[in-house]
Amino acid sequence: MTEPLIFELGAPGRKGYTLPAPDVPAEPLEEMIPARYLRRTPANLPEVSEPDVIRHFTHLSQMNYSIDSGFYPLGSCTMKYNPKVNEVAASLPGFRDIHPLQPESTVQGALRLMYELQELLGAIAGMDAFTLQPAAGAHGELTGLFIIQAYLRSKGEHRDEVIAPNSSHGTNPASAAMARAKLVTVGTDARGRVDIEELRRLVSDRTAALMLTNPNTLGLFEEDVEEMARIVHEAGGLMYYDGANLNAIMGKARPGDMGFDVVHLNLHKTFTTPHGGGGPGAGPVGVKEFLRPFLPVPIVERADAGYILQEDLPQTIGKVRSFYGNFAMLVRAYTYIREMGRQGLTQVSEDAVLAANYLRARLQDLYEAPFPGPNMHEVVLSARRQKAQGARALDIAKRLMDYGFHAPTIYFPLTVEEALMIEPTETENKGTLDAFIEAMRAIAGEAAENPEIVRGAPHDAPVSRLDEARAARQPDLRWRPAEEASA
Amino acid sequence: MLRAIGVPSVEDLFANIPEHLRGTLPIPDALSEMETLQLVQALAAENLNLAGRPAFLGAGAYRHYIPAAVPAITGRSEFYTAYTPYQPELSQGTLQVIYEYQSMIAELTGLDVANASLYDAATGVTEACTIAINATGRSTIATVGGLNPQYARVLRTYLHQEGFNLLEIPEEWVLDPEQVAAALDESVAGLVVQSPNLFGSIEPMADLAAAAHDAGALFIAVSNPLSLAILAPPGDVGADVAVGCGQPFGIPLQYGGPYLGIIAARAGLARQLPGRICGATVDGEGRRGYVLTLQAREQHIRREKATSNICTNHQLMALAATVYLSLLGKQGLPELATLCAQKAHYAARRIAAIPGFALASDAPFVNEFTVRTPVPAAEVNRYLLRREIIGGFDLGRVDPALQNYLVLAFTELNTRQQIDDLVSTLESLQPEVAVEALQSAGGVA
Repeated sequence: MTEPLIFELGAPGRKGYTLPAPDVPAEPLEEMIPARYLRRTPANLPEVSEPDVIRHFTHLSQMNYSIDSGFYPLGSCTMKYNPKVNEVAASLPGFRDIHPLQPESTVQGALRLMYELQELLGAIAGMDAFTLQPAAGAHGELTGLFIIQAYLRSKGEHRDEVIAPNSSHGTNPASAAMARAKLVTVGTDARGRVDIEELRRLVSDRTAALMLTNPNTLGLFEEDVEEMARIVHEAGGLMYYDGANLNAIMGKARPGDMGFDVVHLNLHKTFTTPHGGGGPGAGPVGVKEFLRPFLPVPIVERADAGYILQEDLPQTIGKVRSFYGNFAMLVRAYTYIREMGRQGLTQVSEDAVLAANYLRARLQDLYEAPFPGPNMHEVVLSARRQKAQGARALDIAKRLMDYGFHAPTIYFPLTVEEALMIEPTETENKGTLDAFIEAMRAIAGEAAENPEIVRGAPHDAPVSRLDEARAARQPDLRWRPAEEASA
Repeated sequence: MLRAIGVPSVEDLFANIPEHLRGTLPIPDALSEMETLQLVQALAAENLNLAGRPAFLGAGAYRHYIPAAVPAITGRSEFYTAYTPYQPELSQGTLQVIYEYQSMIAELTGLDVANASLYDAATGVTEACTIAINATGRSTIATVGGLNPQYARVLRTYLHQEGFNLLEIPEEWVLDPEQVAAALDESVAGLVVQSPNLFGSIEPMADLAAAAHDAGALFIAVSNPLSLAILAPPGDVGADVAVGCGQPFGIPLQYGGPYLGIIAARAGLARQLPGRICGATVDGEGRRGYVLTLQAREQHIRREKATSNICTNHQLMALAATVYLSLLGKQGLPELATLCAQKAHYAARRIAAIPGFALASDAPFVNEFTVRTPVPAAEVNRYLLRREIIGGFDLGRVDPALQNYLVLAFTELNTRQQIDDLVSTLESLQPEVAVEALQSAGGVA
């Protein structure tokens, strides 16, 4: 099943939209704008009707797998169900049709929602102040590192090293590099936790921060987190919490109580704003009181006359994105948190952890579990045994598609050979988990007896395995009109 | 499930969390869906939504009509509840959308290659500057007074925190290429110019690009992409990188986000681009298919050696833009841009004729322009708001010296009647009246 490109549909002159007739004088373009500034030939955009457009994009949507169509156990991505009420809330005209530069007196509801979300996230994470500006988790990381650097500079210190575990998300080292810090990698011990003795050796007067995910990317809780915080703080560095895995611990423990000074949360993971096929997300950053003066501006505050956008933060790092963040995602997360409440969010973490441990218990006889449990919200298995039989983690991932499931995250974390990283989330029931377990067990059997069928997967997807090497070697990154393409 | 795991209770699964760290969740109790929605509706109702109202605010966010087919597609949960297309066999829909989006952006900007999207234009400018810094080995970015302050402030943050220099070239309404050329030297990695600029003026982009190139710097063109339907595109005027905010393409105002960060570059810079890029290839049976490609630039492969840390981007907004651009198409988009320009030019003529008001400059513009006001622009806005008109962008918020200047934006949603009402209201504004309005408004600005 393939779908033509939108450029290959339609016919010259066809349009999918009607414009109102001009009610002002229809001045020719050339009389309004000097010819030297004008475009000489129109952009080669499609020429299609509205039904053409709807059918084309509907066909394309049908070639996607999504959380609404089935189980999506991508580790570290927290692909949970996104309640539909979130979408209704975000599309209310009072939120959808307000301009970011309107007078504050005309957007008091929006500001109040942002203020309350700052407070709610603070209570959930155990932090004193939040900025809602960052647009995604990685953006939050960079913002957090900027805050840490600005704080250290204000004390006359120039620390240029950021420590991150070798199991960390790729964004951690990339954010450190963007903040012009030198990355120092700390290893993992036999239990899948940060090697604390190595950490002790690595900290110095150059240490700006330790970036840590807890539970870590192996789905394991770092029990020694307080000792790590002590080591880093004594060396004069700060503790950064990557909130990608917060889904495991709500109502159970808070990063702010573990010794973290800065956290980012992924509203598109834990707080059910939909992933959108790759965003938009939102990555608010929370800090302890001593870092509040360094937050990006504006932050929302409550004043006598109402809610205001506070720009006056003398030590602020400045703005990190235009306006105030991904507001419509903030509305969705706020809606979710208010609906779930204290009881609901605690239940979320309990059910997520239960599901992950159940998968582990039912699969660890066939797939190696390199580290002892119990796990938190996700489990990392290794397909080393299956690889020896002729089916790699990649093959198993593709074969799962034939069984009607999305693949887990594979080859991450880098510390586990042939990693299959599975995060079921709390929104999957036992029936779904059992069906997934049966598929994984069947594939393990296939790998042992008939690995070709696994290696040739997927057999039922819209396309079979794609030639990624060719895509990189001969980049074809855009359609070109026929006359240009043949030139 | 507990029996299979071999523990007596769920609580035992949390045994690795030290007892003294165990805590509560000090947030309100759970609500039903109905109660939640009522609560959120009450908050929404406290905002003055602009639907159907006379509003003339732009300055980086524009109110356009959104065809019904756009939310019909972006509201399909096969798109909005999918993850990043890491498994291409199950993500051909999203991947083909990215390929079509990249193609449309390349066409509009006149450049060779676009990425899958960025967060917004502000971070797009910072990413473009990183490209320039890496490509030239230099460490100063030059920018001009006409750059949207939202973008300029974010750029300032990034450059300062990352230890680079910023050269801010002052600007009065429109740039003089010779003055800009004189300000550039061989420390400059990139020159960032927005056209139409904050004041609405179209900049002499070709001459500015030449000035940047003469200094050995890259030229980074920032624009409202709708204007590119009628203005010479960045690629034609010599830009190396183009950046813009795709919000006008079918994305609601929604109080500032999510919007769409557009970035495109000439072919030689493709491997310097940040974030995701989709490429066409074939599957085992030789059928056309799409994958994320050139991933050796990205954080999940290259970690600290990546060109950017961006992971989650703004795919759903890129989908909205792709659908919007398909609907408007080759003819509709220039027609729309022209219509907006006609509204603005009509308004400009009428407002310039009001005693005490004048256009700030005679530079050409598209759908946004700056007027000098007889009293501070903030007072004009308050006066208008009391008459249920949302005024323009008060330049005094950027520079106190410009407090008597107002930037007004016009789109197809502004009817002639609304414009005529704006004009008659401005005609009725006398300085004393405005002062009175100021005194009685009090409270929150």
